[in-house]
Amino acid sequence: MNLNQRDEQLLNGNFGPAPQMAMRILTQLGEVVGADEMLDVEQVHVDGCIYESEAHLDFAEKLAALNARVIVPTTLNATSLDLRHPDAWGYSAQWKSKAQRMANAYLAMGCTPTWTCAPYQTEFVPKFGQQIAWAESNAIVYANSVIGARTNRYGDFTDICAALTGRVPKYGLHLKENRRGQILFELVNIPAALLRDDAFFAVLGHFLGKRAGDQIPVILGLPRNTTQDNLKALGAGAASSGGVALFHAVGITPEAPTLEAAFGGNSYERVEITLRDLNDARAELSSANGSQLDAVILGSPHFSLQESLRLVELVRGQKINLSVEFIVTTNRIVREALHARGVLQTLTDAGVRLCEDTCILLSPMLRKEIRVLMTNSAKYAYYTPNLIDRRVVFGSLRDCVASAVQGRVVRDEGMWSAGREE
Amino acid sequence: MEMIQGQVLIAGGAQGQVVFTDEPLSFWGGYDARDGMIIDKHHALYGAHVAGKIFVLPSARGSSTGSGILLEAIRLGNAPAALILKRRDAILALGAIVGRELYNKILPLVVVSDTDFERLHKARFVRLQHDGVVEYE
Repeated sequence: MNLNQRDEQLLNGNFGPAPQMAMRILTQLGEVVGADEMLDVEQVHVDGCIYESEAHLDFAEKLAALNARVIVPTTLNATSLDLRHPDAWGYSAQWKSKAQRMANAYLAMGCTPTWTCAPYQTEFVPKFGQQIAWAESNAIVYANSVIGARTNRYGDFTDICAALTGRVPKYGLHLKENRRGQILFELVNIPAALLRDDAFFAVLGHFLGKRAGDQIPVILGLPRNTTQDNLKALGAGAASSGGVALFHAVGITPEAPTLEAAFGGNSYERVEITLRDLNDARAELSSANGSQLDAVILGSPHFSLQESLRLVELVRGQKINLSVEFIVTTNRIVREALHARGVLQTLTDAGVRLCEDTCILLSPMLRKEIRVLMTNSAKYAYYTPNLIDRRVVFGSLRDCVASAVQGRVVRDEGMWSAGREE
Repeated sequence: MEMIQGQVLIAGGAQGQVVFTDEPLSFWGGYDARDGMIIDKHHALYGAHVAGKIFVLPSARGSSTGSGILLEAIRLGNAPAALILKRRDAILALGAIVGRELYNKILPLVVVSDTDFERLHKARFVRLQHDGVVEYE
Protein backbone atom coordinates (compact mmCIF):
# COMPACT_ATOMS: atom_id res chain seq x y z
CA MET A 1 0.00 0.00 0.00
CA ASN A 2 1.03 3.59 -0.62
CA LEU A 3 1.08 5.32 2.73
CA ASN A 4 1.39 9.07 3.17
CA GLN A 5 3.83 10.70 5.56
CA ARG A 6 1.38 10.89 8.43
CA ASP A 7 0.38 7.24 7.95
CA GLU A 8 4.06 6.30 8.20
CA GLN A 9 4.47 8.41 11.33
CA LEU A 10 1.45 6.74 12.88
CA LEU A 11 2.91 3.33 12.05
CA ASN A 12 6.28 4.31 13.46
CA GLY A 13 4.71 5.29 16.75
CA ASN A 14 5.36 9.06 16.48
CA PHE A 15 1.87 9.70 17.86
CA GLY A 16 2.11 7.10 20.60
CA PRO A 17 1.56 3.36 20.96
CA ALA A 18 -2.26 3.31 20.71
CA PRO A 19 -2.59 4.99 17.29
CA GLN A 20 0.41 2.92 16.21
CA MET A 21 -1.38 -0.31 17.05
CA ALA A 22 -4.54 1.03 15.39
CA MET A 23 -2.66 1.90 12.21
CA ARG A 24 -0.94 -1.49 12.16
CA ILE A 25 -4.35 -3.20 12.25
CA LEU A 26 -5.80 -0.88 9.59
CA THR A 27 -2.92 -1.32 7.15
CA GLN A 28 -3.11 -5.11 7.53
CA LEU A 29 -6.82 -4.86 6.78
CA GLY A 30 -5.92 -2.71 3.77
CA GLU A 31 -3.66 -5.47 2.46
CA VAL A 32 -6.42 -8.07 2.96
CA VAL A 33 -8.98 -6.06 1.01
CA GLY A 34 -6.50 -5.00 -1.67
CA ALA A 35 -6.59 -1.24 -1.00
CA ASP A 36 -3.89 0.94 -2.63
CA GLU A 37 -3.96 3.68 -0.04
CA MET A 38 -5.71 5.07 3.03
CA LEU A 39 -8.44 7.70 3.19
CA ASP A 40 -9.59 10.30 5.77
CA VAL A 41 -12.83 9.75 7.66
CA GLU A 42 -14.69 12.57 9.40
CA GLN A 43 -16.89 10.65 11.78
CA VAL A 44 -16.92 7.25 13.46
CA HIS A 45 -19.60 5.10 15.09
CA VAL A 46 -18.19 2.42 17.39
CA ASP A 47 -19.95 -0.82 18.28
CA GLY A 48 -16.89 -2.41 19.87
CA CYS A 49 -18.27 -1.07 23.16
CA ILE A 50 -20.53 -4.11 23.47
CA TYR A 51 -19.38 -6.63 26.04
CA GLU A 52 -19.47 -9.60 23.69
CA SER A 53 -16.56 -11.45 25.20
CA GLU A 54 -13.44 -11.22 27.33
CA ALA A 55 -11.48 -10.68 24.13
CA HIS A 56 -13.47 -7.53 23.36
CA LEU A 57 -12.77 -6.26 26.85
CA ASP A 58 -9.06 -7.12 26.59
CA PHE A 59 -8.83 -5.10 23.37
CA ALA A 60 -10.63 -2.03 24.74
CA GLU A 61 -8.73 -1.99 28.01
CA LYS A 62 -5.42 -2.44 26.23
CA LEU A 63 -6.07 0.65 24.10
CA ALA A 64 -7.34 2.65 27.07
CA ALA A 65 -4.25 1.66 29.07
CA LEU A 66 -2.13 2.99 26.20
CA ASN A 67 -3.88 6.38 26.67
CA ALA A 68 -5.73 6.18 23.38
CA ARG A 69 -7.79 9.26 22.41
CA VAL A 70 -10.16 9.56 19.45
CA ILE A 71 -9.29 12.33 16.98
CA VAL A 72 -12.59 12.52 15.06
CA PRO A 73 -16.14 12.82 16.48
CA THR A 74 -17.06 9.31 17.61
CA THR A 75 -20.47 8.06 18.73
CA LEU A 76 -21.02 4.91 20.76
CA ASN A 77 -23.38 2.09 19.90
CA ALA A 78 -25.84 0.43 22.24
CA THR A 79 -23.84 -1.41 24.87
CA SER A 80 -24.44 -4.27 27.27
CA LEU A 81 -26.09 -2.53 30.20
CA ASP A 82 -28.82 -0.01 30.95
CA LEU A 83 -26.09 2.21 32.37
CA ARG A 84 -28.31 4.57 34.33
CA HIS A 85 -30.61 1.80 35.61
CA PRO A 86 -28.26 -1.17 36.05
CA ASP A 87 -30.45 -2.73 38.73
CA ALA A 88 -33.70 -2.62 36.79
CA TRP A 89 -33.16 -5.75 34.69
CA GLY A 90 -31.79 -8.47 36.94
CA TYR A 91 -28.21 -8.41 35.65
CA SER A 92 -25.69 -10.33 37.73
CA ALA A 93 -23.04 -8.38 39.63
CA GLN A 94 -20.38 -9.86 37.38
CA TRP A 95 -22.19 -8.83 34.20
CA LYS A 96 -22.70 -5.29 35.45
CA SER A 97 -19.05 -5.00 36.36
CA LYS A 98 -17.76 -6.26 32.99
CA ALA A 99 -20.19 -4.16 30.94
CA GLN A 100 -19.37 -1.08 32.98
CA ARG A 101 -15.64 -1.64 32.45
CA MET A 102 -16.30 -1.88 28.73
CA ALA A 103 -18.22 1.39 28.75
CA ASN A 104 -15.54 3.07 30.86
CA ALA A 105 -12.77 2.09 28.45
CA TYR A 106 -14.51 3.77 25.50
CA LEU A 107 -15.48 6.84 27.52
CA ALA A 108 -11.85 7.17 28.59
CA MET A 109 -10.89 7.27 24.90
CA GLY A 110 -13.11 10.33 24.41
CA CYS A 111 -16.11 8.80 22.62
CA THR A 112 -19.54 10.46 22.92
CA PRO A 113 -21.94 8.50 25.16
CA THR A 114 -24.83 8.21 22.71
CA TRP A 115 -25.22 4.48 23.51
CA THR A 116 -27.49 3.79 20.57
CA CYS A 117 -27.64 1.58 17.50
CA ALA A 118 -29.58 4.36 15.74
CA PRO A 119 -26.96 7.16 15.78
CA TYR A 120 -28.55 8.53 12.61
CA GLN A 121 -31.52 9.61 14.74
CA THR A 122 -29.38 11.70 17.11
CA GLU A 123 -27.75 15.08 16.52
CA PHE A 124 -24.64 13.32 15.12
CA VAL A 125 -25.95 12.72 11.61
CA PRO A 126 -23.32 12.63 8.85
CA LYS A 127 -23.81 14.53 5.61
CA PHE A 128 -24.41 13.33 2.07
CA GLY A 129 -21.16 12.23 0.45
CA GLN A 130 -19.17 12.40 3.67
CA GLN A 131 -16.55 9.69 4.27
CA ILE A 132 -17.24 8.01 7.61
CA ALA A 133 -16.38 4.76 9.38
CA TRP A 134 -19.47 3.31 10.94
CA ALA A 135 -20.03 0.03 12.68
CA GLU A 136 -23.31 -1.76 13.48
CA SER A 137 -24.97 -3.33 10.46
CA ASN A 138 -28.24 -1.40 10.63
CA ALA A 139 -26.46 1.94 11.11
CA ILE A 140 -24.13 1.20 8.21
CA VAL A 141 -26.93 0.43 5.77
CA TYR A 142 -28.86 3.50 6.91
CA ALA A 143 -25.88 5.87 6.61
CA ASN A 144 -25.06 4.62 3.12
CA SER A 145 -28.57 4.29 1.75
CA VAL A 146 -30.76 6.90 3.39
CA ILE A 147 -28.16 9.60 4.09
CA GLY A 148 -25.74 8.91 1.25
CA ALA A 149 -22.69 9.08 3.50
CA ARG A 150 -19.99 6.56 2.61
CA THR A 151 -18.90 3.73 4.84
CA ASN A 152 -17.87 0.14 4.56
CA ARG A 153 -19.08 -2.43 7.03
CA TYR A 154 -16.82 -1.57 9.91
CA GLY A 155 -17.16 -3.22 13.26
CA ASP A 156 -15.16 -4.87 15.92
CA PHE A 157 -11.71 -3.27 16.19
CA THR A 158 -11.67 -1.30 12.94
CA ASP A 159 -14.19 1.21 14.26
CA ILE A 160 -12.05 2.43 17.14
CA CYS A 161 -8.86 2.12 15.06
CA ALA A 162 -10.43 4.53 12.56
CA ALA A 163 -11.38 6.89 15.39
CA LEU A 164 -7.84 6.89 16.80
CA THR A 165 -6.18 7.59 13.43
CA GLY A 166 -8.88 9.26 11.29
CA ARG A 167 -7.90 6.81 8.52
CA VAL A 168 -9.32 3.72 6.82
CA PRO A 169 -8.27 1.69 3.77
CA LYS A 170 -9.63 3.23 0.58
CA TYR A 171 -11.87 0.55 -0.92
CA GLY A 172 -15.43 -0.68 -1.26
CA LEU A 173 -18.31 1.67 -0.61
CA HIS A 174 -16.02 4.65 0.02
CA LEU A 175 -15.66 4.79 -3.78
CA LYS A 176 -18.49 6.09 -5.94
CA GLU A 177 -18.02 3.45 -8.62
CA ASN A 178 -18.76 0.68 -6.11
CA ARG A 179 -22.04 2.20 -4.97
CA ARG A 180 -24.14 1.48 -8.05
CA GLY A 181 -27.05 -0.93 -7.87
CA GLN A 182 -26.51 -4.58 -8.81
CA ILE A 183 -29.93 -6.24 -8.65
CA LEU A 184 -33.44 -4.87 -9.20
CA PHE A 185 -36.38 -5.74 -6.98
CA GLU A 186 -39.73 -4.57 -8.30
CA LEU A 187 -42.80 -4.60 -6.08
CA VAL A 188 -45.73 -5.97 -8.03
CA ASN A 189 -49.39 -5.59 -7.01
CA ILE A 190 -48.77 -5.01 -3.33
CA PRO A 191 -51.94 -3.72 -1.59
CA ALA A 192 -51.67 0.01 -0.83
CA ALA A 193 -52.57 -0.43 2.83
CA LEU A 194 -49.68 -2.83 3.28
CA LEU A 195 -47.24 -0.34 1.74
CA ARG A 196 -47.94 1.97 4.67
CA ASP A 197 -47.48 -0.59 7.43
CA ASP A 198 -44.37 -0.88 9.60
CA ALA A 199 -44.40 -4.68 9.33
CA PHE A 200 -44.22 -4.52 5.53
CA PHE A 201 -40.85 -2.75 5.59
CA ALA A 202 -39.33 -5.20 8.06
CA VAL A 203 -40.57 -8.15 6.00
CA LEU A 204 -39.33 -6.59 2.76
CA GLY A 205 -35.93 -6.06 4.37
CA HIS A 206 -35.78 -9.69 5.47
CA PHE A 207 -36.66 -10.82 1.95
CA LEU A 208 -34.09 -8.52 0.31
CA GLY A 209 -31.30 -9.66 2.59
CA LYS A 210 -31.95 -13.31 1.80
CA ARG A 211 -32.25 -12.73 -1.93
CA ALA A 212 -29.56 -10.07 -2.45
CA GLY A 213 -26.89 -11.46 -0.11
CA ASP A 214 -24.17 -8.83 -0.21
CA GLN A 215 -25.20 -7.29 -3.53
CA ILE A 216 -26.57 -3.75 -3.74
CA PRO A 217 -30.34 -3.99 -4.23
CA VAL A 218 -32.39 -1.37 -6.02
CA ILE A 219 -36.06 -1.27 -5.01
CA LEU A 220 -38.73 -0.03 -7.36
CA GLY A 221 -42.26 0.64 -6.20
CA LEU A 222 -41.97 2.06 -2.69
CA PRO A 223 -44.41 4.90 -2.07
CA ARG A 224 -43.19 8.51 -1.99
CA ASN A 225 -44.27 8.95 1.60
CA THR A 226 -42.03 6.13 2.87
CA THR A 227 -40.64 7.42 6.18
CA GLN A 228 -37.14 7.33 7.65
CA ASP A 229 -38.37 4.81 10.20
CA ASN A 230 -39.70 2.63 7.38
CA LEU A 231 -36.29 2.68 5.66
CA LYS A 232 -34.62 1.98 9.00
CA ALA A 233 -36.76 -1.15 9.47
CA LEU A 234 -36.07 -2.25 5.91
CA GLY A 235 -32.30 -1.78 6.22
CA ALA A 236 -32.09 -3.53 9.58
CA GLY A 237 -33.96 -6.53 8.17
CA ALA A 238 -31.77 -6.71 5.07
CA ALA A 239 -28.57 -6.38 7.11
CA SER A 240 -29.65 -9.24 9.39
CA SER A 241 -30.71 -11.89 6.88
CA GLY A 242 -28.05 -10.78 4.40
CA GLY A 243 -24.95 -8.65 4.14
CA VAL A 244 -26.64 -5.63 2.63
CA ALA A 245 -24.65 -2.47 3.39
CA LEU A 246 -26.31 -0.21 0.81
CA PHE A 247 -29.64 -0.22 -1.00
CA HIS A 248 -31.28 2.24 -3.33
CA ALA A 249 -35.01 3.00 -3.36
CA VAL A 250 -35.89 4.68 -6.63
CA GLY A 251 -37.33 8.14 -6.12
CA ILE A 252 -36.66 8.02 -2.38
CA THR A 253 -33.00 7.56 -1.44
CA PRO A 254 -30.47 10.23 -2.46
CA GLU A 255 -28.35 8.23 -4.91
CA ALA A 256 -31.41 6.91 -6.76
CA PRO A 257 -33.47 9.78 -8.19
CA THR A 258 -34.18 7.49 -11.16
CA LEU A 259 -33.74 3.82 -12.01
CA GLU A 260 -30.93 4.75 -14.40
CA ALA A 261 -29.12 6.76 -11.74
CA ALA A 262 -29.44 3.91 -9.25
CA PHE A 263 -27.68 1.46 -11.56
CA GLY A 264 -25.27 3.95 -13.14
CA GLY A 265 -24.90 1.77 -16.24
CA ASN A 266 -24.57 -1.57 -14.44
CA SER A 267 -26.46 -4.43 -16.06
CA TYR A 268 -28.76 -6.20 -13.66
CA GLU A 269 -31.11 -9.07 -12.95
CA ARG A 270 -34.76 -8.15 -12.30
CA VAL A 271 -36.65 -9.87 -9.49
CA GLU A 272 -40.37 -9.39 -8.95
CA ILE A 273 -41.65 -9.26 -5.39
CA THR A 274 -45.24 -10.39 -5.03
CA LEU A 275 -47.55 -10.50 -2.05
CA ARG A 276 -46.91 -14.23 -1.92
CA ASP A 277 -43.13 -13.68 -1.56
CA LEU A 278 -43.80 -11.26 1.26
CA ASN A 279 -46.11 -13.70 3.00
CA ASP A 280 -43.40 -16.37 2.81
CA ALA A 281 -40.82 -13.97 4.22
CA ARG A 282 -43.21 -12.91 6.95
CA ALA A 283 -43.78 -16.54 7.95
CA GLU A 284 -40.01 -17.05 8.20
CA LEU A 285 -39.74 -14.29 10.77
CA SER A 286 -41.93 -16.20 13.22
CA SER A 287 -40.30 -19.03 15.14
CA ALA A 288 -43.35 -19.67 17.32
CA ASN A 289 -46.93 -20.40 16.47
CA GLY A 290 -49.95 -20.62 18.69
CA SER A 291 -51.26 -17.94 20.98
CA GLN A 292 -48.76 -18.09 23.87
CA LEU A 293 -47.28 -14.67 24.57
CA ASP A 294 -44.90 -13.76 27.40
CA ALA A 295 -43.50 -10.45 26.22
CA VAL A 296 -43.62 -7.77 23.57
CA ILE A 297 -40.22 -6.30 22.80
CA LEU A 298 -39.88 -3.35 20.44
CA GLY A 299 -36.88 -1.34 19.37
CA SER A 300 -34.25 -3.02 17.23
CA PRO A 301 -32.88 -0.70 15.99
CA HIS A 302 -33.60 1.53 19.00
CA PHE A 303 -37.10 2.96 18.90
CA SER A 304 -37.12 6.53 17.59
CA LEU A 305 -39.13 9.41 18.98
CA GLN A 306 -41.62 9.10 16.11
CA GLU A 307 -42.06 5.37 16.67
CA SER A 308 -42.47 5.96 20.40
CA LEU A 309 -45.10 8.65 19.83
CA ARG A 310 -47.03 6.25 17.65
CA LEU A 311 -46.87 3.69 20.42
CA VAL A 312 -48.12 6.32 22.88
CA GLU A 313 -51.23 6.81 20.74
CA LEU A 314 -51.82 3.06 20.48
CA VAL A 315 -51.55 2.37 24.23
CA ARG A 316 -53.21 5.54 25.50
CA GLY A 317 -55.92 4.49 27.94
CA GLN A 318 -55.10 0.79 27.49
CA LYS A 319 -53.68 -1.65 30.01
CA ILE A 320 -51.05 -4.18 29.05
CA ASN A 321 -52.16 -7.60 30.28
CA LEU A 322 -50.43 -8.50 33.54
CA SER A 323 -49.17 -11.75 32.02
CA VAL A 324 -47.19 -9.87 29.34
CA GLU A 325 -43.98 -7.94 29.83
CA PHE A 326 -43.84 -4.97 27.43
CA ILE A 327 -40.39 -3.48 26.87
CA VAL A 328 -39.21 -0.79 24.46
CA THR A 329 -35.47 -0.69 23.88
CA THR A 330 -34.33 2.81 23.03
CA ASN A 331 -31.79 5.46 23.97
CA ARG A 332 -31.68 8.20 26.58
CA ILE A 333 -32.27 10.90 24.00
CA VAL A 334 -35.67 9.42 23.15
CA ARG A 335 -36.58 8.85 26.79
CA GLU A 336 -35.80 12.46 27.61
CA ALA A 337 -37.74 13.73 24.60
CA LEU A 338 -40.77 11.65 25.66
CA HIS A 339 -40.46 13.02 29.17
CA ALA A 340 -40.22 16.59 27.88
CA ARG A 341 -43.41 16.09 25.88
CA GLY A 342 -45.19 14.74 28.93
CA VAL A 343 -46.01 11.37 27.36
CA LEU A 344 -43.56 9.11 29.16
CA GLN A 345 -46.20 8.70 31.86
CA THR A 346 -48.76 7.52 29.29
CA LEU A 347 -46.46 4.62 28.42
CA THR A 348 -45.72 3.83 32.05
CA ASP A 349 -49.41 3.95 33.00
CA ALA A 350 -50.23 1.44 30.29
CA GLY A 351 -47.53 -0.91 31.57
CA VAL A 352 -44.75 -0.24 29.05
CA ARG A 353 -41.18 -0.26 30.37
CA LEU A 354 -38.40 1.64 28.66
CA CYS A 355 -34.91 0.22 28.56
CA GLU A 356 -32.08 2.46 27.41
CA ASP A 357 -28.48 2.11 26.18
CA THR A 358 -28.84 -1.59 25.37
CA CYS A 359 -31.21 -4.23 23.96
CA ILE A 360 -32.26 -7.84 24.52
CA LEU A 361 -29.59 -9.18 22.14
CA LEU A 362 -26.73 -7.37 23.85
CA SER A 363 -27.46 -8.00 27.51
CA PRO A 364 -29.21 -10.75 29.51
CA MET A 365 -32.20 -8.65 30.54
CA LEU A 366 -35.16 -10.98 30.04
CA ARG A 367 -36.55 -13.07 32.87
CA LYS A 368 -36.09 -16.77 32.22
CA GLU A 369 -39.87 -17.33 32.29
CA ILE A 370 -40.14 -15.35 29.05
CA ARG A 371 -40.12 -17.99 26.32
CA VAL A 372 -42.19 -16.44 23.51
CA LEU A 373 -41.99 -12.82 22.57
CA MET A 374 -43.58 -10.70 19.91
CA THR A 375 -41.96 -7.89 17.96
CA ASN A 376 -42.28 -5.81 14.80
CA SER A 377 -38.50 -5.86 14.33
CA ALA A 378 -37.07 -8.17 11.67
CA LYS A 379 -33.71 -7.95 13.40
CA TYR A 380 -35.06 -9.11 16.75
CA ALA A 381 -37.06 -11.81 14.97
CA TYR A 382 -34.00 -13.03 13.06
CA TYR A 383 -31.44 -13.15 15.88
CA THR A 384 -33.48 -13.95 18.98
CA PRO A 385 -33.83 -17.74 18.54
CA ASN A 386 -30.07 -18.24 18.06
CA LEU A 387 -28.67 -15.63 20.38
CA ILE A 388 -30.96 -15.71 23.39
CA ASP A 389 -32.88 -18.95 22.89
CA ARG A 390 -36.42 -17.56 22.85
CA ARG A 391 -39.06 -17.95 20.18
CA VAL A 392 -40.63 -15.06 18.32
CA VAL A 393 -43.92 -14.14 16.76
CA PHE A 394 -43.52 -11.39 14.22
CA GLY A 395 -46.30 -8.81 13.93
CA SER A 396 -46.98 -5.18 13.15
CA LEU A 397 -46.83 -2.54 15.88
CA ARG A 398 -50.60 -2.60 16.01
CA ASP A 399 -50.60 -6.41 16.32
CA CYS A 400 -48.04 -6.19 19.12
CA VAL A 401 -50.12 -3.76 21.15
CA ALA A 402 -53.38 -5.65 20.58
CA SER A 403 -51.71 -8.90 21.63
CA ALA A 404 -50.13 -7.35 24.71
CA VAL A 405 -53.49 -6.03 25.84
CA GLN A 406 -55.28 -9.34 25.28
CA GLY A 407 -52.46 -11.44 26.71
CA ARG A 408 -52.30 -13.72 23.67
CA VAL A 409 -51.09 -13.46 20.09
CA VAL A 410 -53.56 -11.79 17.75
CA ARG A 411 -52.55 -10.71 14.27
CA ASP A 412 -54.44 -8.83 11.59
CA GLU A 413 -54.14 -11.14 8.59
CA GLY A 414 -56.40 -9.01 6.38
CA MET A 415 -53.67 -6.67 5.25
CA TRP A 416 -51.61 -9.62 4.02
CA SER A 417 -54.32 -11.15 1.84
CA ALA A 418 -54.73 -10.22 -1.79
CA GLY A 419 -58.44 -9.47 -1.94
CA ARG A 420 -58.49 -6.54 0.42
CA GLU A 421 -58.83 -3.09 -1.08
CA GLU A 422 -58.50 0.29 0.60
CA MET B 1 -2.03 -35.69 -1.73
CA GLU B 2 -3.11 -33.12 -4.26
CA MET B 3 -1.98 -29.52 -4.14
CA ILE B 4 -3.36 -26.07 -4.81
CA GLN B 5 -1.90 -22.61 -4.33
CA GLY B 6 -3.80 -20.23 -2.05
CA GLN B 7 -3.26 -16.51 -1.55
CA VAL B 8 -1.93 -15.81 1.92
CA LEU B 9 -3.84 -13.32 4.08
CA ILE B 10 -2.34 -14.47 7.38
CA ALA B 11 0.72 -16.67 6.99
CA GLY B 12 0.99 -19.82 9.04
CA GLY B 13 1.13 -23.58 8.92
CA ALA B 14 -1.66 -25.91 10.01
CA GLN B 15 -3.04 -29.34 9.31
CA GLY B 16 -6.10 -31.30 10.21
CA GLN B 17 -9.48 -32.65 9.30
CA VAL B 18 -11.56 -30.56 6.93
CA VAL B 19 -14.96 -29.05 7.61
CA PHE B 20 -16.39 -27.74 4.34
CA THR B 21 -19.39 -25.57 3.60
CA ASP B 22 -20.37 -23.58 0.55
CA GLU B 23 -22.70 -21.41 2.62
CA PRO B 24 -21.35 -18.23 4.28
CA LEU B 25 -21.55 -18.19 8.09
CA SER B 26 -22.25 -15.38 10.53
CA PHE B 27 -19.88 -16.01 13.42
CA TRP B 28 -22.05 -13.77 15.62
CA GLY B 29 -24.91 -16.04 16.57
CA GLY B 30 -23.35 -18.78 14.46
CA TYR B 31 -20.14 -19.87 16.17
CA ASP B 32 -19.80 -20.67 19.85
CA ALA B 33 -16.38 -19.50 21.00
CA ARG B 34 -16.68 -21.58 24.18
CA ASP B 35 -16.61 -24.90 22.36
CA GLY B 36 -16.03 -24.24 18.66
CA MET B 37 -19.47 -25.45 17.56
CA ILE B 38 -21.66 -24.09 14.79
CA ILE B 39 -24.82 -22.86 16.52
CA ASP B 40 -26.69 -21.13 13.67
CA LYS B 41 -29.87 -23.16 13.34
CA HIS B 42 -30.37 -21.84 9.80
CA HIS B 43 -26.97 -23.16 8.68
CA ALA B 44 -26.28 -26.55 7.10
CA LEU B 45 -23.36 -27.10 9.49
CA TYR B 46 -25.51 -26.60 12.60
CA GLY B 47 -24.07 -28.77 15.35
CA ALA B 48 -20.70 -29.34 13.66
CA HIS B 49 -17.54 -29.05 15.73
CA VAL B 50 -14.96 -26.85 14.01
CA ALA B 51 -12.37 -26.06 16.69
CA GLY B 52 -8.93 -27.28 15.62
CA LYS B 53 -10.18 -28.24 12.15
CA ILE B 54 -9.38 -26.74 8.77
CA PHE B 55 -12.54 -24.74 8.12
CA VAL B 56 -13.27 -24.20 4.42
CA LEU B 57 -16.03 -21.65 3.81
CA PRO B 58 -16.75 -18.99 1.16
CA SER B 59 -16.75 -16.05 3.59
CA ALA B 60 -18.35 -14.71 6.72
CA ARG B 61 -21.79 -13.17 6.64
CA GLY B 62 -23.85 -10.86 8.78
CA SER B 63 -22.60 -8.90 11.75
CA SER B 64 -19.07 -7.58 11.97
CA THR B 65 -19.16 -8.73 15.60
CA GLY B 66 -18.05 -11.96 13.97
CA SER B 67 -14.46 -10.64 14.17
CA GLY B 68 -14.66 -10.49 17.94
CA ILE B 69 -16.27 -13.91 18.22
CA LEU B 70 -13.42 -15.36 16.20
CA LEU B 71 -10.95 -13.47 18.41
CA GLU B 72 -12.57 -14.88 21.53
CA ALA B 73 -12.35 -18.37 20.03
CA ILE B 74 -8.65 -17.75 19.34
CA ARG B 75 -8.14 -16.58 22.93
CA LEU B 76 -9.82 -19.70 24.31
CA GLY B 77 -8.10 -22.08 21.90
CA ASN B 78 -11.41 -22.95 20.22
CA ALA B 79 -10.80 -21.40 16.81
CA PRO B 80 -10.40 -23.48 13.67
CA ALA B 81 -6.78 -24.48 12.98
CA ALA B 82 -6.93 -22.48 9.74
CA LEU B 83 -9.48 -20.80 7.49
CA ILE B 84 -9.60 -21.37 3.75
CA LEU B 85 -11.91 -18.90 2.02
CA LYS B 86 -13.24 -18.12 -1.42
CA ARG B 87 -13.34 -14.36 -0.82
CA ARG B 88 -11.05 -11.87 0.91
CA ASP B 89 -13.15 -11.56 4.00
CA ALA B 90 -12.45 -8.56 6.22
CA ILE B 91 -14.52 -9.83 9.16
CA LEU B 92 -12.59 -13.06 9.59
CA ALA B 93 -9.23 -11.56 8.67
CA LEU B 94 -9.66 -8.93 11.39
CA GLY B 95 -10.28 -11.53 14.05
CA ALA B 96 -7.03 -13.20 13.01
CA ILE B 97 -5.10 -9.91 12.74
CA VAL B 98 -6.10 -8.83 16.23
CA GLY B 99 -5.49 -12.34 17.57
CA ARG B 100 -1.86 -11.95 16.52
CA GLU B 101 -1.74 -8.38 17.89
CA LEU B 102 -3.32 -9.08 21.27
CA TYR B 103 -2.49 -12.69 22.11
CA ASN B 104 0.39 -13.44 19.76
CA LYS B 105 -1.56 -16.41 18.37
CA ILE B 106 -1.56 -17.17 14.65
CA LEU B 107 -4.73 -18.26 12.84
CA PRO B 108 -3.59 -18.88 9.25
CA LEU B 109 -5.94 -17.59 6.56
CA VAL B 110 -5.75 -18.17 2.82
CA VAL B 111 -8.01 -17.44 -0.14
CA VAL B 112 -8.39 -19.87 -3.03
CA SER B 113 -9.98 -19.53 -6.46
CA ASP B 114 -13.57 -20.62 -7.13
CA THR B 115 -12.42 -23.79 -8.89
CA ASP B 116 -9.92 -24.71 -6.19
CA PHE B 117 -12.61 -24.05 -3.59
CA GLU B 118 -14.83 -26.63 -5.31
CA ARG B 119 -11.96 -29.11 -5.34
CA LEU B 120 -11.81 -28.89 -1.55
CA HIS B 121 -15.42 -30.01 -1.34
CA LYS B 122 -14.44 -33.66 -1.05
CA ALA B 123 -11.17 -33.18 0.84
CA ARG B 124 -10.95 -34.94 4.20
CA PHE B 125 -7.52 -33.79 5.32
CA VAL B 126 -5.56 -30.61 4.59
CA ARG B 127 -2.01 -29.51 5.25
CA LEU B 128 -1.50 -25.76 4.86
CA GLN B 129 1.97 -24.27 4.44
CA HIS B 130 3.26 -20.78 5.25
CA ASP B 131 3.50 -19.86 1.56
CA GLY B 132 -0.20 -20.64 0.97
CA VAL B 133 0.27 -24.09 -0.56
CA VAL B 134 -2.70 -26.28 0.36
CA GLU B 135 -2.12 -30.03 0.23
CA TYR B 136 -5.25 -32.14 0.52
CA GLU B 137 -6.61 -35.64 0.20
